[in-house]
Amino acid sequence: MKRWIPLIIFAVLVGFFAKGLFLNPREVPSPFIGKPAPAFKLPVVGAADKTFSPEDMKGKVWLLNVWAPWCVSCRQEHPVLMGLAKSQPVPIVGLNWKDRDREAERLLDQHGSPYLAVPDDISGKTGIDYGVTGTPETYVIDKAGIIRMKHVGPISPDVWKEKFEPKLKELGA
Amino acid sequence: MKSLFFSLLAALSVSAHGGEALPVGEDPAIEQRMVKLAEDLRCLVCQNESLAGSHAELAEDLRKEIRAQMKAGKNDKEVVEYLTTRYGDFVLYRPPFKPVTYLLWLGPVLFLGLGGTIWYLTLKKRRALKDTPVDEKQLAAAAQLLDEK
Repeated sequence: MKRWIPLIIFAVLVGFFAKGLFLNPREVPSPFIGKPAPAFKLPVVGAADKTFSPEDMKGKVWLLNVWAPWCVSCRQEHPVLMGLAKSQPVPIVGLNWKDRDREAERLLDQHGSPYLAVPDDISGKTGIDYGVTGTPETYVIDKAGIIRMKHVGPISPDVWKEKFEPKLKELGA
Repeated sequence: MKSLFFSLLAALSVSAHGGEALPVGEDPAIEQRMVKLAEDLRCLVCQNESLAGSHAELAEDLRKEIRAQMKAGKNDKEVVEYLTTRYGDFVLYRPPFKPVTYLLWLGPVLFLGLGGTIWYLTLKKRRALKDTPVDEKQLAAAAQLLDEK
């Protein structure tokens, strides 16, 4: 028995390292899960006289997708969001984060917009209030305005099926 | 010494800017406080860099925010709280001592204790071994083995 001890310790270590190797270091646990979505009021891209505030979405389950025109993986995500906009499981709001070159309107005109509204966060402060570290990031917000889930990185059809669909079902979207 | 260094630094930066107005970031007292605080904070983009040393855009924005809050009279604890409510304890290079981090903080002591116990037991066993008498037969066998060489 005794001579097996080093081997057992080794196996346990390998187990820990293997687990660590397959974790995603970008997946930082968000302190916002279960907390109310931070309030903001921002002008809307393409409709300068309108503003958007999370308050406007009370009573609905919705997605807050933080994106930016300069963000490459957001373009990768764009067709998936367009598909969702067509099938309409939930409304998607696209927070335009730090768009200093004012490209959002042109891009959305050109490639189509999956968004119900595009609040314009030039300074990036609203993004910081939501704990955004990089685009794209997507928050699932419930009927009471509570953040229920956060996804970091582009939404792929697989991610949608495995992560979002069960959550939305649970929230009664 | 430090104040000499900073006045020198300030003099240098003034000459380098050729009389331009100093941006907010160059109030030396606040800058020093900000850098000191940010060195213990993690940049969320390049996760192995400190917020003080990172060139990521988000780090720059957060440094700006820290400066602004310090200017507004907030103390270090309030600034750190601003960051942890948004990014969680993950931004802290020194995690707080609470139930989820007990193992992290106490782990080294635990392992030291474990090592000490093993060490003590090994020594005890060895001492017990030394005290067991060697009989004639064993001595003869040992001598024979040595002779064979």
